[in-house]
Amino acid sequence: MEDRTHIRVQNLNVFYRQQQILKDITLNIPDRKITAIIGPSGCGKTTLLKSFNRLVDSIEGVRISGQVLVDDENILDPRNEVTHIRKKMGLLLQKPYPLPMSIYDNVAYGPRIHGIKEKKRLDEMVERYLKKASLWPEVRERLRQPASMLSVGQQQRLCLARGLAVEPEIILGDEPTSALDPQSSQRIEQTFFELKQDYTIVIVTHILRQARRMADYVIFLYLGELIEQGPAAEIFENPRQELTREYIKGLIS
Amino acid sequence: MANLLSRRRIKDILASKAMLLLTVTAVSIIFVMVVGLYLRSRPILASHSLTQLLFSSRWRPSQDEFGFLAFILGTLWVTGVAVLIAVPLCLLSAIYLSEYAHSRIREWSKPLIDILAGIPSVVYGVWGILVIVPLIKDYIAPFFGTFSTGYSILAGGIVLAVMIFPVIIHVALEILRAVPLEVREASWALGATRWQTIKHVVMRKAMPGVAAAIVLGISRAFGETMAVLMVVGNVPRIPGSVLDPAYPLPALIANNYGEMLSIPLYDSALMLASLVLLLVIVIFNVLSRVILVRVKRSIR
Repeated sequence: MEDRTHIRVQNLNVFYRQQQILKDITLNIPDRKITAIIGPSGCGKTTLLKSFNRLVDSIEGVRISGQVLVDDENILDPRNEVTHIRKKMGLLLQKPYPLPMSIYDNVAYGPRIHGIKEKKRLDEMVERYLKKASLWPEVRERLRQPASMLSVGQQQRLCLARGLAVEPEIILGDEPTSALDPQSSQRIEQTFFELKQDYTIVIVTHILRQARRMADYVIFLYLGELIEQGPAAEIFENPRQELTREYIKGLIS
Repeated sequence: MANLLSRRRIKDILASKAMLLLTVTAVSIIFVMVVGLYLRSRPILASHSLTQLLFSSRWRPSQDEFGFLAFILGTLWVTGVAVLIAVPLCLLSAIYLSEYAHSRIREWSKPLIDILAGIPSVVYGVWGILVIVPLIKDYIAPFFGTFSTGYSILAGGIVLAVMIFPVIIHVALEILRAVPLEVREASWALGATRWQTIKHVVMRKAMPGVAAAIVLGISRAFGETMAVLMVVGNVPRIPGSVLDPAYPLPALIANNYGEMLSIPLYDSALMLASLVLLLVIVIFNVLSRVILVRVKRSIR
């Protein structure tokens, strides 16, 4: 099957005050695949991820140039409405941040702010997305309890369900398992594999083994520059760049 | 060597004990005051029933009638008006500074707001007499078709509101800034606007703390004496509207203590008034501290 490109980044530069965080990044992210952004910490992985849904906008002193095309629409174009762009993407952060409300309301939050009010429809969405995030059996009896009562692993799956409930096309994960225990991490990974059928998934990770297990496509960043991108097998088995080879061997971090 | 060591240790122990003693003295002043006021107000408590003192509005000390109701209501009215004016303004300011303002604006505004807290209350009083009182007399009262000298609950409330701005804005701002950025990001990432995020997420998380900020403001308002006394009219009658004058408890104490003490039990009555005021303020303060501590823990 020919890979369709879902997110196309062209000459993206991001500056924070005087410092350049991302340098002339050009890359393609394939549709309905898991793409892993790898690289040592501080290399701009998170910034790259957050420029996909323009969360970088919220940081003071940030300047951006270049293009990020999602479905051939430049999302960095200031004329574009940011809420509409963000609705296309679900985001998982390093630690789960449940909203200060019940489990049900967390999932229903997205649909509600986008104008869905009918209780029946909300009920149905909450159930569907909790199931997709494989959390439903554990919480079906206590949907009205505060989300903060769940374990961290459950909270992260709740955050996933909450992101899915705005019916995005893309799921962004910023080291989504780094705060979780091995078992919860595994469940998230498992869920991602299932979600790959319907969604384009981009995760940032500094765990090479996780990238090996999950990724179809790999992007390697180093000090704000894109060093190499390609199918996971190629990058891991036969990297073209010396820097990539060293990073994968664990010589640089 | 051993000698030197022990001398150094003795010094250390002495210093720590001395500081402990000073701290204990400072902390115990509040208890000493409560006990002292209680002892001094015993004569009036012995000859009049507490319900009569608190719920009668007949204030004729020369005829042995001491009803505090007009003063208590005066305090409540003035404080209530102040809170009603201050809370919405302060919350919106705090939200703006926390959620919308550029960090440069925020860093500039904070000290400016805090300066308000340092202005002597007499200055607020003078400002009230020169600006607020004529404003009420010449414009606000005629607008509602009534007469007012301008010395009124409304004047006291407005002056008091400005005085409690810094407390409420400052504490509310701190609370809002304590809400982690990631919670906002989680909401933004779902496509929520800034206002939706503030309304449904940030305020909900910060609500108990914001309540504590308001309570802190109220407890300040209760005790404020000088500025209020200068603009509120000081008429010991139960007020009918905010354009009527009133006579809050602190004003009663400040105006009369030392002057009317030839009247039997007057001194004791004022002591009781002080005690009531002190207890109310202590309760409010403790309440707001408890809430604040809880909130800081739950936000983390």
